[in-house]
Amino acid sequence: MKPSRLTTYGNWVLDRFPLTKLWNDHMAQYYAPKNFNFWYFFGSLALLVLVNQFVTGILLTMNYKPDAQLAFDSVEYIMRDVNWGWLVRYMHSTGASAFFIVVYLHMFRGLLYGSFKQPRELIWIFGMLIFVALMAEAFMGYLLPWGQMSYWGAQVIISLFSAIPVVGDELSLWVRGDYVVSDATLNRFFAFHVISVPLVLVLLVFLHIVALHEVGSNNPDGIEIKKNKNANGIPLDGIPFHPYYTVKDIVGVGVFLVFFATVIFYMPEMGGYFLEHANFIPADPMKTPEHIAPVWYFTPFYAILRAIPDKFAGVIGMGGAIVVLFLLPWLDRSEVKSIRYRGGTYKKALLLFVISFLGLGYLGTQPATPAATTVARIFTAIYFGFFLLMPLYTRWEKAKPLPSRVTDQPSLEDRIPALIETYHEMTVQKPVTQEDGTTVMKRRPHPAGILNVITRLAIKLKKSLD
Amino acid sequence: MNNEGVDKSKRQFLTTALTVVGAVGTGYLAVPFLAQMQPSVKAMAAGAPVEVDISKMEPGQLLRVEWRGKPVWILNRTPEILETLKTLDNELRDPLSQESIQPSSSKNQMRAIKPEIFVAIGLCTHLGCSPTYRPEIAPNDLGDKWKGGFFCPCHGSWFDLAGRVYRGVPAPTNLEIPPYRYVTDTQIIIGEEATAGASA
Repeated sequence: MKPSRLTTYGNWVLDRFPLTKLWNDHMAQYYAPKNFNFWYFFGSLALLVLVNQFVTGILLTMNYKPDAQLAFDSVEYIMRDVNWGWLVRYMHSTGASAFFIVVYLHMFRGLLYGSFKQPRELIWIFGMLIFVALMAEAFMGYLLPWGQMSYWGAQVIISLFSAIPVVGDELSLWVRGDYVVSDATLNRFFAFHVISVPLVLVLLVFLHIVALHEVGSNNPDGIEIKKNKNANGIPLDGIPFHPYYTVKDIVGVGVFLVFFATVIFYMPEMGGYFLEHANFIPADPMKTPEHIAPVWYFTPFYAILRAIPDKFAGVIGMGGAIVVLFLLPWLDRSEVKSIRYRGGTYKKALLLFVISFLGLGYLGTQPATPAATTVARIFTAIYFGFFLLMPLYTRWEKAKPLPSRVTDQPSLEDRIPALIETYHEMTVQKPVTQEDGTTVMKRRPHPAGILNVITRLAIKLKKSLD
Repeated sequence: MNNEGVDKSKRQFLTTALTVVGAVGTGYLAVPFLAQMQPSVKAMAAGAPVEVDISKMEPGQLLRVEWRGKPVWILNRTPEILETLKTLDNELRDPLSQESIQPSSSKNQMRAIKPEIFVAIGLCTHLGCSPTYRPEIAPNDLGDKWKGGFFCPCHGSWFDLAGRVYRGVPAPTNLEIPPYRYVTDTQIIIGEEATAGASA
């Protein structure tokens, strides 16, 4: 049979470019563990948000002016006069926050299931570099609207460099390109935000995925699926990434987009957390806003900076909060990866860490009152304690026996009967008189039942922490 | 091909020499690349001295002027303020301004040429926010210890009304005092050093 013209053209390409091999190595014959749960959505979602930021960012540069005299007005011009400009800008600004939400959840997944542990240390390091690049990208992007928060946020963060002994002042001068944050600073931040950092990000994402596909994905049980292979060398607990996880990830994308669109269309400023109110006032170098706070995704680190009553130590503390994350693969001495088989100490430590991270995040948005500062200091101590004491408590604690194969967890469908039963326990049938005088039976809350359920949940929670 | 008798040390030498020369060349190229991010000649030339008329200032009034893109404060201090300032030394990190930046004419307890008129750059020495002027005593949000001063809203640093930093706050040094001098009793120039004669 004569090959079709399409096949001929296709073969011409395949003779010159390993398209099929790439596709198979990374999609159709990349075997991922079959027990991924919803925590595994956030990697692909981060990629989706990255694409969103690129597309909307390119569109924004078509109308934005990186000039201290024009920047603020050009953003308002985009919002009011450019066709669909408001949508593109809100997609970009909401995308920035969404990026950090999915990346924080993605990192937390790593903490839950030990995805940073041997042999995935480099994946974690590349991921941390992505996180740092992302923070730089977000910070420089926030200067561009040239509002009050943009200006004073940049002033504070650039001044962080001046805390470095000897070269600090010269360094912050070099970063600003002027003695104060000015047009020169805005222009160069635009260059970094639009060209340099995105290039670095793409490179790092590439390295992150190459490293991941070399060693293979971890999973909620934290055991290596490559240890059990069939005769063809395919992991028994593995399924091809495509079509299984591409399709699964599309479900995640759908759910994500519902939330994303809701924010864009109904609450694009998110009550001042995604776009701060003071940033709707043009930058004024003479006056700092009464209350300045960074955007929510920086507030945990900002709260650490504020909690330490010394300039240099504060900057070290803030930088150290990120540096310790890099060291995580070597701080954790536990022999098991997943939280499912760790002892109680790590679970409790992780719980405390999450509480203090969220607490710091909240305090960072609030004014620095003496009481808030004290609480922030306690949380800061817990934050660092979680990491620095990790070599001790992960070595001491006794791990549970690991299964040899990945385990089945009840799916949402399996849980439905139990959920219905709980609903019945928490409610009680009561006669209700309607407006027309007839009486019908309706379910109403049942206090004793609710108390029972809460007690059961509390006992279960306590047991799960052991 | 016969590989015997090839002197690989020559290749090694050439490779090393090329690497070193290349690194030196890259280093030289890095200088203009990095230096072009320094403040431009135009940015360095900006910052002419600013003349300010203080004849109409009320007691306790704070005047903000812009000098080199930075906010400069001029505060007319009342005798009560000056009395309070003398009692604060124990709570301050650098009461005598040994480690702070100021022209020699302002290196005294009141940090001013004339005690009544206080001139300072209104940027916190911590991370460069502009502190707020809070002359009132013991307001609700700052507590009983507040004797009037400048409060930095960003990271909670406290300064007294001579720009001196309190202990236990993030800012390391007192507020910077710019060079300034009196032309007449009611006219000052910010950005020009006071000579010994003029300050007397």
